[in-house]
Amino acid sequence: MKKILLAAALGVFAAMPAFADNTITIGMTVSKTGPLNVDSVSQLRGSELWRDEVNAAGGIKVGNKHYKVRFVEYDDQSVGGRVQQLYTRLILQDKAQFLFGPYSSGLVATAAVISEQYGKIMLIGGGAEGKTYTLGNKYLFQCITRAGEYLSGAIAELKEHNPHAKIAFVYSDDPFSKAVIAAARAHAKEAGFTEVLDESYPPSTTDFTAVINKVISSGADTFFGGGHYADGATLARQLHDQKAGMKWVSILVAPDSEKFKTLGAAADGITVPSQWEPQVKYKADFGPSVEQFTAEYVLKYKDLPDYHAASGYVVGLILQHAIEQAHSIDQEKVTAALNKTDAHTFFGQVKFATDPGHHGLQVAHQMVLAQWQMKDGKLVKQMVWPDAARTASVVYPLP
Amino acid sequence: MLGLLASIFDGVLIGAVYGLAAMGITLIWGVMDVVNLTHGAMIVAGMFAAYLLSGAAGIPIYATLPIVLVGSFLVGVALYWISVHRVIGQPPLMSLLSTFSVNLVLIGLGTAVWGTDLFNVPASLPGFSVGRYTFPGTHLMAAALTAAIAGLLYLFLYRTRIGKAVRAVAGNREAAELVGIPTAQVLALAFGLGVALASVAGMLIATMFPFTVLSGDAYQLKSFVVTVLGGLGNPTGALVAGVALGLLEGITTPFVPVSWTLVIEFVLFVVVMIVLPGGLMQLLQRRRR
Repeated sequence: MKKILLAAALGVFAAMPAFADNTITIGMTVSKTGPLNVDSVSQLRGSELWRDEVNAAGGIKVGNKHYKVRFVEYDDQSVGGRVQQLYTRLILQDKAQFLFGPYSSGLVATAAVISEQYGKIMLIGGGAEGKTYTLGNKYLFQCITRAGEYLSGAIAELKEHNPHAKIAFVYSDDPFSKAVIAAARAHAKEAGFTEVLDESYPPSTTDFTAVINKVISSGADTFFGGGHYADGATLARQLHDQKAGMKWVSILVAPDSEKFKTLGAAADGITVPSQWEPQVKYKADFGPSVEQFTAEYVLKYKDLPDYHAASGYVVGLILQHAIEQAHSIDQEKVTAALNKTDAHTFFGQVKFATDPGHHGLQVAHQMVLAQWQMKDGKLVKQMVWPDAARTASVVYPLP
Repeated sequence: MLGLLASIFDGVLIGAVYGLAAMGITLIWGVMDVVNLTHGAMIVAGMFAAYLLSGAAGIPIYATLPIVLVGSFLVGVALYWISVHRVIGQPPLMSLLSTFSVNLVLIGLGTAVWGTDLFNVPASLPGFSVGRYTFPGTHLMAAALTAAIAGLLYLFLYRTRIGKAVRAVAGNREAAELVGIPTAQVLALAFGLGVALASVAGMLIATMFPFTVLSGDAYQLKSFVVTVLGGLGNPTGALVAGVALGLLEGITTPFVPVSWTLVIEFVLFVVVMIVLPGGLMQLLQRRRR
């Protein structure tokens, strides 16, 4: 009797799928609380959509095997110290084989220290600052346009309308915004513009009245700046309330949110650089098309995807593609496949720098430039640059 | 020159609202020796109350002020009985922990309901312009309402029996009890008033700037600075210090990089702590003598 029971038990266990062997564990932290909450959760949603689609299709194909994808994620509370602890835990205790980066350049820089220490591949969908990739790394892969290119489109389009623009740069004193504006100032100088003001403000600033008076005093007709969320929206509103007289305004991040239109007339004409919008016309070599991704996201989350969600999806897509190309989940083989990646996806072109001085920096993906415009009495976000993505002509000067 | 004058005037307008927010903290601190760490959350509550009442309920924005005042007063009284009453007279750490815990609960609830999304109250009033500089009507109205509320508070504290009771409890709680003042109820009333002042300040701030659930932190920090500058427990001092801080921001911003403004503010804060531990009002009181 005992032998029969033992044989039956062995038979059952043999028939069960070997979960540990046929599962890829991807670790990440998400800012479910704290000031980075909105964009980080959006990024997670994109990644989860990818995971669910891959698993529904049977998993990632590696040779003759299919690997299901499992996420292990923790709340980093938008705090660097937590990122440090949690990525260590993800690697050592949760045995994550691959990592997705957290949201925001500051947290990515912290996570990168840990991932490189343990030699784990980490794909980044939410950290645009380029400095992280100049510190010598082997396993970091930035899937979004780097900060230095954020305002290239705005400068190119502005040159068509006002080649002698006088620009006030007013931006948050954080790594991302400083990197974006430092590069923008250099591009603006090359384009022949005049810089009349360069001011950074503490990220906790709530009132820009005196700063905007300074912008007015400088004689500027163009404004580039902002940081993340509340500060960018407050700048837009106060520029309008104080009748600052700007002909062109580009503000980082905040105007990309659909909530920005609640600013009403203050939002009209504001431009924002964006990593991706549902209106783009990219053709995909693999993975979903722009329309398919957008439709699937709307079906799952009852909301239009923003670029954070799109980047969250594409980090999974690029990793999947690399594993399939490598026919392996071995770190070195997948790294080699990622280094060779030159792919067109619904998100745009993705290709990584491979020289040791900039390894992993994104060298192909481009921003689009969106502008809030009145259409039939309602504010809508239109794509105004580049030509390939354009849905409307730019409105200049600001209404 | 005109730019400097514009910044100074604007600074005074905004500083008055900082002062109103700080009056909430200083009143509670002065009456019951409690540092109210729900202050930031109450400012945010006022912002959301203004947003929801004017948006969903369609009430004209400035008509929401009395509703926010009364509603937040009642919330403040409730908060007192729930989280503060038992820690009165206990070591200061107890009240800090108690109010901090409530703050975490409120911000957590707010984040769960609204995330950290952006909200904007589309308030607009005609202002006036001088040269290229415009003074928005919303800033002028916020400063005017602040002055009115500060005036009402003064009348309440110095011209009414209940106000006298509040001052008596602030001066000496035991003596107040000995003469028959129901101190627990007075403390609850004072806490409710402090919370109401914070929420009304939040409502006025929402008419000027967009906000998120986390916007209270920056104003809470400013409120503490203004409270200490004005003298602990002195609502008039808080208003004066708020205006002074706004004035400082207005004077310095045209001349130094914006990132230095906070540094200058905190250097002034440290200097005042050392030279005038009783705050700016101590200086004014010395001059009167």
